[in-house]
Amino acid sequence: MANEAWLKSTIDGRRLVLAAAGSWTATHAREIEPLVDAAVPDKAKFEQVDIDLARVEHIDTFGAWLVERLRRSATARGVKTAIVGLDTRFKVLFDEIAASNKKDAWRPHHEKPIVVSLLHIGKSVLATRDDFVDMINFLGVVAVAFARVLVKPWKFRFTSIIHQLDIVAFRAVPIIVLINFVIGAILAQQGIFHFRKFGAENFVVDMVGILTLREVGVLIVSIMVAGRSGSAYTAELGSMRMREEMDALRVMGFDPVEVLVLPRMIALIVALPLLTFIGSMSGLVGAGIVTWLYGGMSPDAFIDRLREVVDLNTFEVGMYKAPFMAVVIGLVAAVEGFQVQGSAESLGEHTTSSVVKAIFLVIVLDGLFAVFFAGIGK
Amino acid sequence: MDAQNIDNVISVRDLEVGFGKQLVLKGLNLDIRRGEILGFVGASGGGKSVLTRTIIGLLPKRRGQIEVFGKNLDELDDLDRQKVEKRWGVLFQGGALFSSLNVIQNVQFPLREDLRLRGRLLDEIAVAKLEMVGLDASVCEKAPSELSGGMIKRAALARALALDPEIVFLDEPTSGLDPISAGEFDELIRALQQTLGLTVFMVTHDLYSLHSVCDRVAALADGKIIAEGPVESLMHAEHPWLKAYFGGKRGRVAMAGKRT
Repeated sequence: MANEAWLKSTIDGRRLVLAAAGSWTATHAREIEPLVDAAVPDKAKFEQVDIDLARVEHIDTFGAWLVERLRRSATARGVKTAIVGLDTRFKVLFDEIAASNKKDAWRPHHEKPIVVSLLHIGKSVLATRDDFVDMINFLGVVAVAFARVLVKPWKFRFTSIIHQLDIVAFRAVPIIVLINFVIGAILAQQGIFHFRKFGAENFVVDMVGILTLREVGVLIVSIMVAGRSGSAYTAELGSMRMREEMDALRVMGFDPVEVLVLPRMIALIVALPLLTFIGSMSGLVGAGIVTWLYGGMSPDAFIDRLREVVDLNTFEVGMYKAPFMAVVIGLVAAVEGFQVQGSAESLGEHTTSSVVKAIFLVIVLDGLFAVFFAGIGK
Repeated sequence: MDAQNIDNVISVRDLEVGFGKQLVLKGLNLDIRRGEILGFVGASGGGKSVLTRTIIGLLPKRRGQIEVFGKNLDELDDLDRQKVEKRWGVLFQGGALFSSLNVIQNVQFPLREDLRLRGRLLDEIAVAKLEMVGLDASVCEKAPSELSGGMIKRAALARALALDPEIVFLDEPTSGLDPISAGEFDELIRALQQTLGLTVFMVTHDLYSLHSVCDRVAALADGKIIAEGPVESLMHAEHPWLKAYFGGKRGRVAMAGKRT
C-alpha cells in the first residue's frame, strides 16, 4: 500500500504534464503543499498544463483543494489548465472544492505588536472609566430595587436572603475564625519580638487591640468574603446570563436585580459586620494566647490592658466600615456577573476580575475611611 | 476477513451499558454499513445518545464488543485508538463549539493539532470546509455565542468534517431548527455524504429526515434494536412502539408530506 504522495512532471514541448500519484489525503497534506507550490508552471515556458490524477489512489478534500490551488495558480499565470484522469467517484468532490475559496473574503489580519499593545492600554483606560460608571449605575439600580421592595414588603425575598446568609456568613465562620486567629497571633508575636528590645512589651496589647479592631479584622474579612462569595456571585450571575436564565426571569416580569442581586447584597451587608465582629474577636484571642505563651503576660493582664487602651470608638470604626465593604464587594460581583458574554473564557475572566477589583477597591476604601475618620477626629 | 466484515464499518455486539442499578442498553446488536446513512430512532431517554456516546468512547460499557473498521476497540492500544478516533467526526447535539475560539479557529483546531498544518493551507482548508457546509467567510471571526442555532450546527459539522473522517456521528442534527433549515440540513448531509463518501450515523427524531435522507433506519426500544431496515419496512412493523411512532399523528403527517 502506497503511503506516499508525489507529483511528477513531464515536459512535452510547450505542454507540461503533472502526474499526481499516491495518497492525496489529509495526513499527507503537509508534504504535498510544497510539491504543489513548486510545480506551478511559468507562462514563458508552457502554454498548457495537464494535471493527471489517474494514478491517485486516495484523495480527499485536502488533496482536492491542493489540486485546485495548483490549477488556480497556473491559470493566474496565464497557463491553460486541464484536469485529466479524474475518477468519476471524485467528480462531485472536485466540483464542490472548485466552488470554494472563490472570493478573497477572509484572510486573517494581524495588527502590528506596537499597535496591539497601544490598543490594549487605550482599551483598559476606557474600561476603567466604564467600570466606574457601571458601578455607580448599578448602585442606583440596586437602590431603586431596594426602594421598591420597601414599598411592597411582600416582595422581600426572605427565604433567599436566609439561604444566602447561610452560605456567606454561617459557612464562612470557620475559615474567618481561623485566619483571623492566625493573623492576630502573628501580629502579637512580631510585636513582642520587637517591642521587647526596649522593654515595651505591654504596648503589644495596644497595637494588636487597635489594629485588629480598627483595620485588620474588617480588611481580612472583606478580602476573604470577596474571594469566597464575590467570585461565587459573579460566576452564578454570569452563568445564569449565559444560559438565558436572566432573560427568562425578565420575560416573566421579574427584575433580575431584585430577584438575584438584592438578596445577595442584603446578605452581604448583614454578613460582613457579623463576620468582622467574629473575626476581630478571634484575632484578639489569637493575640492573647501568644502574649500569654510567648510573651508571658497572663490572660487577666491582657484583658485589663485591653480595657484600658481600647475604647468603644476603635471598635465602632471597624464595624462602621463593614457594611460599606459589603456594598463594594456585592456591586463589583454583580456588575462583573452581568457583563459575562457567551463564552466560558469570558466567565473566567469576569470572575477573576471580580475578585481582583473587589479586593483592590476594599483596600482603597479602607484608605479613604482612614482619612475620613482622622478628619472627624475619631 | 470476510466480505461482510469489510462492509460493516461499525458493528456492535451484545452491548450492555448502565448507570447504577439501571440498565439502559441490554444486549444490543447493530451494524453500520460503509457509505450508508443510518437513521437511529428511539424514545426520549431510551438510550440513543447513550449508544452513540458508548461507541465513540465517552461512556464505559459493561459487556459486549464494539468493532470499528473491523478492529475491536477494546484490543487497541492508545495510539491505535487515537488513529481510529481521527477517522470519525462527531456533531454533538448542542454543537459543542469551543466558546473561547471563533468559528474558523474551531474548524482549524483539529487541523492544527493533528495535521500540524500552518498558515495559508490551514486557512484555505478551513474556509473550504465552512463553505461546504453552507456558511460563508463572513462568519469566520464570529464567536459561537454570536451564531444562530442553524449556524452553530453547520459550524460544528464543519469542525466534525475537518479531518475528512470516514464516519460521522450526528446527534439530533435537525433538532431546534425550523423546517426549512432542517430540510436544508438534511440535503446538506446527503450532499456531503455523496461528496466525501461518508458513512453517517444519525440519531434523529425528525420523521422528515428519516424519509428524505436515511438509507436505513434502526429503532431502539427496551435497550435493544427492535427493527432495522428501510423506513418503509419499519412503518409496517408490528412492535407497539413503532406502531405508535409512525402511526401517530405526526408520523402520518410526515408520510403525507412525503407523498405529495
